[in-house]
Amino acid sequence: MPDAIMRVWRGDATGGAFKEYRVPTDEGMVVLDVIHKIQATQANDLAVRWNCKAGKCGSCSAEVNGRPRLMCMTRMNLFPAGEPITVAPMKTFPLIRDLVTDVAFNFGVAKTVPAFKPGRSEADGTFRMMQQDIDRGQEFHKCIECFLCQNVCHVIRDHPENMPAFAGPRFFVRLAALEMHPMDTDSRAEYLRLKAGLAFCNITKCCTEVCPEHIHITDNAIIPLKERVVSEYYDPVAWLLRKLVGK
Amino acid sequence: MALDKYEVHEHDVIVIGAGGAGIRAAIEASAQGAKTALICKSLFGKAHTVMAEGGIAAALGNVYPEDNWKVHFRDTMRGGKMLNNWRMAQLHAQEAPDRVKELEAWGALFDRTPDGRILQRDVGGHRYARLAHVGDRTGLEMIRTLQQHAVHKGIDVFMECTITRLLKDGDRIAGAFGYWRESGRFVIFKAKAVVLATGGIGKIWKFTSNSWEYTGDGVTFALDAGAHLIDMECYQFHPTGMVWPPSVRGILVTEGVRGDGGTLKNALGERFMFKYVPEFFRAETAETAEEADRWYTDKKNNRRTPDLLPRDEVARAINTEVKAGRGSPHGGVFLDIASRRDAESIKRRLPSMYHQFKELADVDITKEPMEVGPTAHYMNGGVRVDADTAATAVLGLFAAGEVAGGLHGANRLGGNSLSDLVVFGRRAGLYAAEYAKNFKGALTVDAGQVEALARACLEPFERTGGENPYAIHQDLQECMQSLVGIIRTEGELKKALEEIATLRERCRRIKIDGNRQYNPAWHLALDLHSLLTVAHAVTVAALERKESRGGHTRDDYPKTDPALGKVNVVVRKVRDELAVNREPISPMPPELTKLLEGDK
Repeated sequence: MPDAIMRVWRGDATGGAFKEYRVPTDEGMVVLDVIHKIQATQANDLAVRWNCKAGKCGSCSAEVNGRPRLMCMTRMNLFPAGEPITVAPMKTFPLIRDLVTDVAFNFGVAKTVPAFKPGRSEADGTFRMMQQDIDRGQEFHKCIECFLCQNVCHVIRDHPENMPAFAGPRFFVRLAALEMHPMDTDSRAEYLRLKAGLAFCNITKCCTEVCPEHIHITDNAIIPLKERVVSEYYDPVAWLLRKLVGK
Repeated sequence: MALDKYEVHEHDVIVIGAGGAGIRAAIEASAQGAKTALICKSLFGKAHTVMAEGGIAAALGNVYPEDNWKVHFRDTMRGGKMLNNWRMAQLHAQEAPDRVKELEAWGALFDRTPDGRILQRDVGGHRYARLAHVGDRTGLEMIRTLQQHAVHKGIDVFMECTITRLLKDGDRIAGAFGYWRESGRFVIFKAKAVVLATGGIGKIWKFTSNSWEYTGDGVTFALDAGAHLIDMECYQFHPTGMVWPPSVRGILVTEGVRGDGGTLKNALGERFMFKYVPEFFRAETAETAEEADRWYTDKKNNRRTPDLLPRDEVARAINTEVKAGRGSPHGGVFLDIASRRDAESIKRRLPSMYHQFKELADVDITKEPMEVGPTAHYMNGGVRVDADTAATAVLGLFAAGEVAGGLHGANRLGGNSLSDLVVFGRRAGLYAAEYAKNFKGALTVDAGQVEALARACLEPFERTGGENPYAIHQDLQECMQSLVGIIRTEGELKKALEEIATLRERCRRIKIDGNRQYNPAWHLALDLHSLLTVAHAVTVAALERKESRGGHTRDDYPKTDPALGKVNVVVRKVRDELAVNREPISPMPPELTKLLEGDK
């Protein structure tokens, strides 16, 4: 197997550049393995986030040859042998160092999402929910918070000024999970409209494309939420009724 | 005073580690009115709990109404080869159902029974289908539910912040010292009570299911602070980790595969587990493949498949098959679900496994068998705690989850970890808050000690030329894998002690390049203190227990020794040296002994 030629972003908030490393590879390696090898043998201080190395924790998000991916689930044999592979940090978030970005924005949004508000349980303290009623919610709960969808969303990727008024696809998935939870009693329509900036989304589906969990973010979460906001605030019949009743 | 130059935070309770136990402890402490901080090395929600797959054990009785806490207690004790702290096993079995219902009330969506209740699945050692689950990603559901619940509770969360040492005032806990990973700046937490929820030690082995975080920090903090460890020799090697390709070796394959009908086969196509049924479990285990297969649907008239014996038994059996030359091409055995269940149900019940093998190994588990072998997985032992309060031997120091020992005895059953996290996480938070509330005195952090800690942390930058921390870590993993692995002998264990001492020497020569900002080489250099300490503790404990029991197998003492079944192996730090003792386990009260009777 020829050596891999890796061009890895090295630098911090003040600037940086791609640096080239040649790395011997073994069968079955993923990009994260190669990064670890560089770290252990050539650049001990190369900064990278990772945890599970099995696609379950969503820590090792980066842009590999320009595409947002989990490094631990990106096999090296995906790329033509011997051709350089670039590994860059997620672009949307401020760079801390090398491949590590400051994703605090997401944890900030998480705090503002109105919490789960359950209705009454059965006498034994449990809920009765049918599997078909939670299938959709379980799809949303697959989210591993890799924030690749946030990274690729042009609403903030190209316009960081939108960040304070936009929750982003990850949180639309979270909000859809709450809104569609069979036992939830809250309505988050106002939050979606005024705080989460749902209307910024023009359903280009970039988020869905990069989701490593294959959650149908646009079709199953965002569009139904948009419909919910529309029927709550912009339903012409309801508008007319409100006019007539004077409320 | 001299602390002025440091960032200092003050809390009633700090929780170190933000997996299931840590978050649950923080939620409880905060609910009791304690000012609470939650400190974690990674981002919030990335802890190892996220990787738990099969489910959370609780005798809800939804699938088998005959199930109850007493049966769960019995299964846990037998799985642990009776070395368990019986009071912990009792509390765990009694409280697990409430903790599962609580998760549901906080928004978790477990898979359902046809009548809309929480569905439960089989795994090894549990008499009834008992694990509440979400496909094969139960841990993710649990940590996300806890995280989203905690976010609204006013807990101060410190992410990517590594603690290196606990601080004491006299014989009491006074807080913790650490650094921000991002900047490398030091930070001091003053606290009346500390809850350790730092998880395990899997990173001392080469083939492991554990992430970089599992460096044994909490175990080391506890030892350094004067607390005691028990049963460190009883480490669990999970029987089924991936073995191919080399870069993914060790990644976990959930026991749920076998719970859902998967069987283990050797290169000859034999279901070899029938050959490895120990006397202890013979009466309750099927003797033929036909009986084993019927058991999945009819548990009343058939006995359990030996594929679902407790993990220690299965790991040893696989090891033996491979050594006898009956292994798979890459040194494991075959785990076959493809020929046993239809493709749709495999994808529905085991989506992560399907995904994981497809993407990482080019194996379609609905069409071909997986290759699996043992992988370092779980610390059955750990910091000794009081069963009811999770208090350690140090005033103000509590421990819960994997870092705490006792509940699982010599071997943990599948699904008993997630329930452990929430049952004892809650208890640790509760009693830490109560301790903090009752403590009225003043606590002082010794500025001189802090200065010394800070200086020691920075030393590796100041050396000229020397060792690479990654190389030392790799050598430690090779040493533990080959000398303190699944099967142990006195000679190899003694050799391991010498190698660990040499590695310790090499650590004094580590040289770190670059600066303190997000520098993983520096982080690893500091973690090596914990890694070497726990490796040392496991090895001395393994030398002390001259028998085979649960996760601890001695080739030179292959049988269980009834006398040693009545003692814990206890490790302490005495004047910078590890001291190891045998201490008797307290006798079980008759009402619990009764629950274990009737077993042949």
